Amino acid sequence: MPTYDYVPHAPGYVDNDGPKIVTSRFVHEDSHTLERYEATNGYEGLRRALDRTPADVHEEVRDAVVLGRGGAGFPAGVKWGFMPPGKFPYYLVVNGDESEPGTYKDRLLMERDPHQLIEGCLITCYALGLSQCFLYVRGEMPAAQENLAQALNEAYAKGYVGKNIMGTEFSVDITLTWGAGAYIVGEETALIESLEGNRGMPRLKPPFFPAAIGLYGQPTIVNNVETLSNLPWLLVNGFEQYKAHGSEASPGSRMVAVSGHVNRPGVYEIEQGVTTFRDLLYGDNFCRGIRNDNELKMFVPGGGSAPWFFPEQLDLPLEGRTVGAEGSMLGSGAIMVMDETTDAVKAALRLVRFYARESCGKCTPCREGTTWEERILQRILDGEGRPSDIDKLLDIADNISPGPYPVAADPSQGLDAVPFPPKQTTICPLGPSSVAPITSTIRRFRHEYEAKITKRDSIPVMAAPMSSDPVEVG
Amino acid sequence: MTAVENEKSTVTVTLNGVEIEANPGELLIDAAERHGTYIPRFCYHSRMKSVGMCRMCLVEVDSGRGPALQPSCMIPVGEGMTVDTESEATKKAQDGVLEFLLINHPLDCPVCDKGGECPLQDQTVAFGPGESRFVEEKRHYEKPIPISDTVYLDRERCILCDRCTRFADDVAGDTLIHFMDRGNSTQVNTFPDEPFASYFSGNTVQICPVGALTAKPYRFKARPWDLEETISTAWIDSVGSRVTIQSSRNQVLRLLGVDADSVNWGWLSDKERFGFEALNSEDRLTAPMVRVDGRLEATGWAPALAAATDALRDVDPARIGVIGGARLTNESQYAWTKLAKGVLGTDNVDAQLGDGLPVEAVLGLPRATINQACTPGRTVILVGPDPKEDLGALFLRLRHAVVNDGTTLIELTPTRTGLSTIAAHSLHPKPGEVDLLAAALVDAVSGDAHDAAGVPANAIAAAAASISGPVTVVLGRASVAESAAVTVDAAIALSQLEGVGFLSALRRGNVHGALDMGMAPGLLPGRVPLRAGCDAFDQVPTEVGMDTIAMLEAAASGDLDVLVLLGSDPLSDVPDADLAERGLAGAGTVIAVEMLPNASTLTHADLVLPAAAPTEVDGTFTNLEGRVSVAEQKVTPPGTARADWMIAAELALRLGADLGVESPESIRAEIAVVSPVHAKLTETALADGRVEGVLISGSSIEAPTASGSTTPANDAYSLRLVAARRMYDNGTMLQASASSAGLAASVKVTLNPTDFEKLGLDAGTVVKVISGRGELMAPLAADFGVPAGSAMIPTNAPGSNVNTLIDASASVTDVRVERA
Ligand SMILES: Cc1cc2nc3c(=O)[nH]c(=O)nc-3n(C[C@H](O)[C@H](O)[C@H](O)COP(=O)(O)O)c2cc1C
Ligand code: SF4
Ligand code: SF4
Ligand code: FES
Repeated sequence: MPTYDYVPHAPGYVDNDGPKIVTSRFVHEDSHTLERYEATNGYEGLRRALDRTPADVHEEVRDAVVLGRGGAGFPAGVKWGFMPPGKFPYYLVVNGDESEPGTYKDRLLMERDPHQLIEGCLITCYALGLSQCFLYVRGEMPAAQENLAQALNEAYAKGYVGKNIMGTEFSVDITLTWGAGAYIVGEETALIESLEGNRGMPRLKPPFFPAAIGLYGQPTIVNNVETLSNLPWLLVNGFEQYKAHGSEASPGSRMVAVSGHVNRPGVYEIEQGVTTFRDLLYGDNFCRGIRNDNELKMFVPGGGSAPWFFPEQLDLPLEGRTVGAEGSMLGSGAIMVMDETTDAVKAALRLVRFYARESCGKCTPCREGTTWEERILQRILDGEGRPSDIDKLLDIADNISPGPYPVAADPSQGLDAVPFPPKQTTICPLGPSSVAPITSTIRRFRHEYEAKITKRDSIPVMAAPMSSDPVEVG
Repeated sequence: MTAVENEKSTVTVTLNGVEIEANPGELLIDAAERHGTYIPRFCYHSRMKSVGMCRMCLVEVDSGRGPALQPSCMIPVGEGMTVDTESEATKKAQDGVLEFLLINHPLDCPVCDKGGECPLQDQTVAFGPGESRFVEEKRHYEKPIPISDTVYLDRERCILCDRCTRFADDVAGDTLIHFMDRGNSTQVNTFPDEPFASYFSGNTVQICPVGALTAKPYRFKARPWDLEETISTAWIDSVGSRVTIQSSRNQVLRLLGVDADSVNWGWLSDKERFGFEALNSEDRLTAPMVRVDGRLEATGWAPALAAATDALRDVDPARIGVIGGARLTNESQYAWTKLAKGVLGTDNVDAQLGDGLPVEAVLGLPRATINQACTPGRTVILVGPDPKEDLGALFLRLRHAVVNDGTTLIELTPTRTGLSTIAAHSLHPKPGEVDLLAAALVDAVSGDAHDAAGVPANAIAAAAASISGPVTVVLGRASVAESAAVTVDAAIALSQLEGVGFLSALRRGNVHGALDMGMAPGLLPGRVPLRAGCDAFDQVPTEVGMDTIAMLEAAASGDLDVLVLLGSDPLSDVPDADLAERGLAGAGTVIAVEMLPNASTLTHADLVLPAAAPTEVDGTFTNLEGRVSVAEQKVTPPGTARADWMIAAELALRLGADLGVESPESIRAEIAVVSPVHAKLTETALADGRVEGVLISGSSIEAPTASGSTTPANDAYSLRLVAARRMYDNGTMLQASASSAGLAASVKVTLNPTDFEKLGLDAGTVVKVISGRGELMAPLAADFGVPAGSAMIPTNAPGSNVNTLIDASASVTDVRVERA
């Protein structure tokens, strides 16, 4: 059995024999420096881009089908095309707010390979003819902020960023900013509000998407850190090489962050659309099975906002459309694994509470509904549940996200999957995200709720449902 | 409009199965309402930008991709759109939102001022769930916390609709109330030590859809079902904001703004909104008074009127003067003009107090309306007072136009104003030289840019280049320390601009009505000069009479036997306090017709006749556009106070003349006959214009001619005085309003900080300000908005009156500032 160790200076990263499109430098201790970056083909993608026309570069990205890694999985090349022509200035905003529960891969990209991200930004700016980029980093990630700041200083000093980049006519400024600690500013319109100096609350879209009316009312492209980090490799190797990885519908690689009750949780770069959840959770190359040889009870396939999966879904590939059709989403690529010892109600509460606390408060159903859900769940866990609570929870959920909520098929009950995405009475998807744990668990483990309510006792559970045994690093 | 033929100018939408025609771009919520379907709402407000926050207005909309719940306050109508406001899904969503809003709502309706007129209550009854499924403890906050001197906030009742905060940020520009915290703890609040001190705070109380915001003057005063109401006109300033006056048991309790499209859009300044408190004040004059042994003593109407008639009878008309009248209704003003000019035969009548503009500048130039000024794509040039301080509702309209509709604003003002931050260009001429700057601006428009009034040529050229579309000049006195002639000369210069219109910024309540009714020397009712004559008058003076300043001068030299103060306070308001004092002291008999005693009445009136207030009489007011709107009697006057027109009629009768006036309607009928421009002011027109009023246009007054006056240079040691009005001052009405009395800031002298060094003084230092006329003491304040070389002192501020420094006969006032 091969031994794969965590890379000590890239906490949580597992260096296996998978693809190395965005994580190639993580093995180097000095991967964040310009020196290392230049020594490992750094800024080569930009150099090649600058030799081509912007339209050509845009075409390359479109051909490669670089799916957005921030959550919605929309192809970057297509999104870029939505900017109305001639409405200058355009802006590029990089979403480095990574706060989706379970997700910790953008942070590694920013901390360990900031130049790769900067190069990705420059390629995008070149392709779209824009000259101002904002890097918005999550407030609680000081190391990412510092390394990016350092990298920007180096890149400015070396003429990669700023005026007349690499001696050409192409000039770009990259401004580094960070949030004050709110999950919601990961949502792109809230991020834009925050960048403008306002309270981070989403704007209603439609009618206007940022690509049409964004930062300061100008056309704005918002892309995720990982999405843009793919571009340097793509420009060096070309879209055909890129599409040699992954599946037809989802080319390239993808970073996933696994947490919970597996033997080796961590961040893996996988073949997108090819690797299955079973490979990921049980494969030797990956998480090596459930701890203590326990049974898998359920898992969240794509970040805290995703409806939950169960053992029947293990053989699905990590592929956006497939997962969507099966009732969930690949989202931010965070997989949270829960074994048989997990209390479904407690686990649901843990996530619902997150959404209740992180609701921005702008719209009524989310502001009031998420906290109401949280309090009912808490009451049930406190032994104060009422028989009407289950239906009430479902109805509150329905008032936040009307209609059948996306959920995985349940063959044991003969129930089909309800495909993603959910409907919403809210402004943004945060409110509906709070519904996922509730509908997922009630449909599957209604008896656990009932047991708590009628018997007023709880099945034996572990204290912290999301934690796992400590993992040895090194 | 150049609509292509056959092209549909409307959008067809299927609303609950019925096809309706909507206007392109119209919001679905409005289109539905216009066609009789009211979609419930909380955050939506037609005068503010939609935010789609409360989610109450969700309805099922199908724009071709299947039905989906959409906030109807956010989406414009689209051709072929199908809307179902009664579907299962719609009903469920509305139920759900209402339930969410109610779970943490305290339901303290029985003790809530909003109870009975509460959109949350009403919509819960109409659209909401019957009972609550919420069994947990509700959210708790400290019950109402004061967020300003006037407004209280109860966060438990708040449904976080963002109306108040949006109003403060977007409409008033006073970013003082904010959302704080997040999720379920989200709340509206102020930052510590930054109270919601906005001149417009009362609007938030009016638009709050629940009882979260309440205003001191109305808290716990009444229940909505006990209130009677009528549409009327605010009287505090000349905007003529349309209001609803609400009363109970013969007392006015509340004023609400009415959404008149051409005037105030529903907004009011707090001064307009809460000014009624003065009318309920204990200080109101309730009986005539006569001065006996130096003291005013109550008397009856018969002896008082007899004394007045005795004073007026057989006096040379040239030795009678009437100062004031802007407080009166149009009808009362007409009656007083008829009495003074037609019966007494004097032309010494002036509704302005030396702080306004000559008649020609107001009635002799092409006029503009507020809506014309605010038409998208046009330009406004401000040559006058800070609208934020003087004409609150007009300020809000101008602000909206500049911020949202691309109106270009150019300021030619002596100091920074409340609009400066959004103005395209703020040019600050040396006090007394705005005429030179205006002329230079006009020169720059035709390509000849040069320095003027201390403003560099390039700044003037840039301002000239920014002018687009027709120009509206907002014209008034920016500073009463410079003569009116300067402003008039500026107006004459600007009148050369193409398509220019003037919007008068004279401030006093019905001052424009007063001018229309002939209350100025040389003028007769109907915007005509004396020589035009008046058939309804027994006589018309042949000589043009004296204005206020001239009357006071005549009185001071013993040439005025009777001086009638018609709701005026020369001691506080005439920009020459010394002259006012000498004039009042030198006048023979001083007769005051007043609602509230003021400084001049108390010290100098020999006879006081108590007058009814605007809420106590029927009549009409005329606003700064010339728009006439109704003022309706809501309560009876206190004691034996009477309508001003009745007082005029009584006096005339006792002097052996019959004014022929029986009622406000009969006076209006006579005005419509006497004044060609008022011919259209029929009772039907007034009834039709119940909300919008009736715009009176046309005038026989000639344009003003250049004064030819020049402003002398000041010496290096002096500063040039700017005396500008502030929203809250020592004015009688304001001081009689319980909740506004404390708001006036005490007097201070504001200089540009660069002048501090020159003078060796610091902010906070108490200084002595000395002019050729007098002196006053006040602390110094710093503000870069006051140009170097100028000293700004507010008029009629508590502490000392800047008018003591001003010489009415000088074109500017120079002062020295010394350590006290
Ligand atoms: C509640 C919420 C939180 C989000 N948080 C993040 C985030 O932390 N990082 C991120 O890249 N995208 C986040 N997104 C998605 C962004 O709105 C946006 O779709 C994304 O940044 C686009 O980049 P991509 O196209 O490259 O994926 C979030 C969306 C929602 C609704
Ligand atoms: S759904 Fe929640 S987070 Fe999103 S806008 Fe509404 S309140 Fe804010
Ligand atoms: S205080 Fe009133 S107006 Fe302000 S947000 Fe709350 S409910 Fe809305
Ligand atoms: S009224 Fe439309 S969301 Fe509030």
